[in-house]
Amino acid sequence: MKIQVLGSGCETCKRLFEITQEIVNELNLDVKVDYITDISKIIELGIMQSPVLTVNGKPVLVGFIPNKEKIKDLIAKELN
Amino acid sequence: MDPFYPVQLLSDFVTYGIFHLGKTSILGSAMDFFIYDSIKILILLITIIFAISYIRSFLPPEKIRKFLTKRFEFIGNILAGLFGIITPFCSCSAVPLFIGMVESGVPLGVTFSFLISAPMVNEVALVMLFGLFGLPVALLYAVSGVTIAVLVGYIMGRMHLEPLVEDYVWKIKAGDPLGEQKLTFRDRVSQAYIYTRDLIIKVYPYVLIGVGIGAFVHGYVPANALLKIAGRGNILAVPIVTLIGAPLYSNSAGIVPVIQALISKGLPLGTALAFMMAVTAISFPEMVILRKVLKLKLLGIYTTIIIVGIIFTGYLFNIIIR
Repeated sequence: MKIQVLGSGCETCKRLFEITQEIVNELNLDVKVDYITDISKIIELGIMQSPVLTVNGKPVLVGFIPNKEKIKDLIAKELN
Repeated sequence: MDPFYPVQLLSDFVTYGIFHLGKTSILGSAMDFFIYDSIKILILLITIIFAISYIRSFLPPEKIRKFLTKRFEFIGNILAGLFGIITPFCSCSAVPLFIGMVESGVPLGVTFSFLISAPMVNEVALVMLFGLFGLPVALLYAVSGVTIAVLVGYIMGRMHLEPLVEDYVWKIKAGDPLGEQKLTFRDRVSQAYIYTRDLIIKVYPYVLIGVGIGAFVHGYVPANALLKIAGRGNILAVPIVTLIGAPLYSNSAGIVPVIQALISKGLPLGTALAFMMAVTAISFPEMVILRKVLKLKLLGIYTTIIIVGIIFTGYLFNIIIR
């Protein structure tokens, strides 16, 4: 299982990274959240926005940060 | 009837009824202005930003890119300029947007049209102009912003500047856009709600500061001093304010109320719009970010052409609108 936050290193992406880490801790998941600021990785996914959240390589969130519960749902959904 | 009439009644009531300020006093009218404008703008921000961000959920940049790859150049420039209106421009997304577009075959000039229009004609600028100047001025701003974006992008496309884009950009391979995210009506509404909420939390403090300064200028700044510097008498006012505005990084939320106050003191509209365009279209932080993908020379060309376009537009309005 792999969780990544990709972004251009701005405030918004950092916030998403922090929220994602909190969620991973709350769900007691044994994964390290990667924070990637290499923009070519975003482009390779076919995406043109920042930030992006991927679970197992699949983008589940693109371009904005919803509330924490919603992000939690998205991650939990990918786990099942 | 003016839909904001109740807001006027409220601010009259607070100013003259509760605070007992004199109806003809400078402080009274400044406070009346402040309360009325800040409530009116809040209402407009909520409704218009929500509507735009709802519409936007149907047009993510990945989809816009698809529209732009298959067009003839000039039509592509026009579409890119129009799409720029609804696309929010956050400096974090500028680089992925740029690379994603040129990588998938959107012509460089068309990409520039988009990159110019997106920050310059932004929704907050439009709301502020609409709220404080009315619909005609807001439309005038949008039309001239898109026109500058289209023409500058087109000219840059003709200049064949591809070698001045950083080399690594051309080496990235864009992946296939994923199947579109399936969004339900509820998703779209909640996305629009969150976007609107966050944006208002971010810009509203600037609205209050701007409206506050504007109210002060209305009441206290003598008209003569300003007119000497930036009035019709000074033929160089447009380039001067454009060059002052270009490096400034201010959001339109704070700047429009001040401009409105200055206009009421006799600042010509074209000079004011030129200043505002310079502020929103070009900013130092944005240049730093674009430097990641553009070589310095191209960044220089880009900035210069936009500045010339803005100056030209400012003069044009000063001539047309008397």
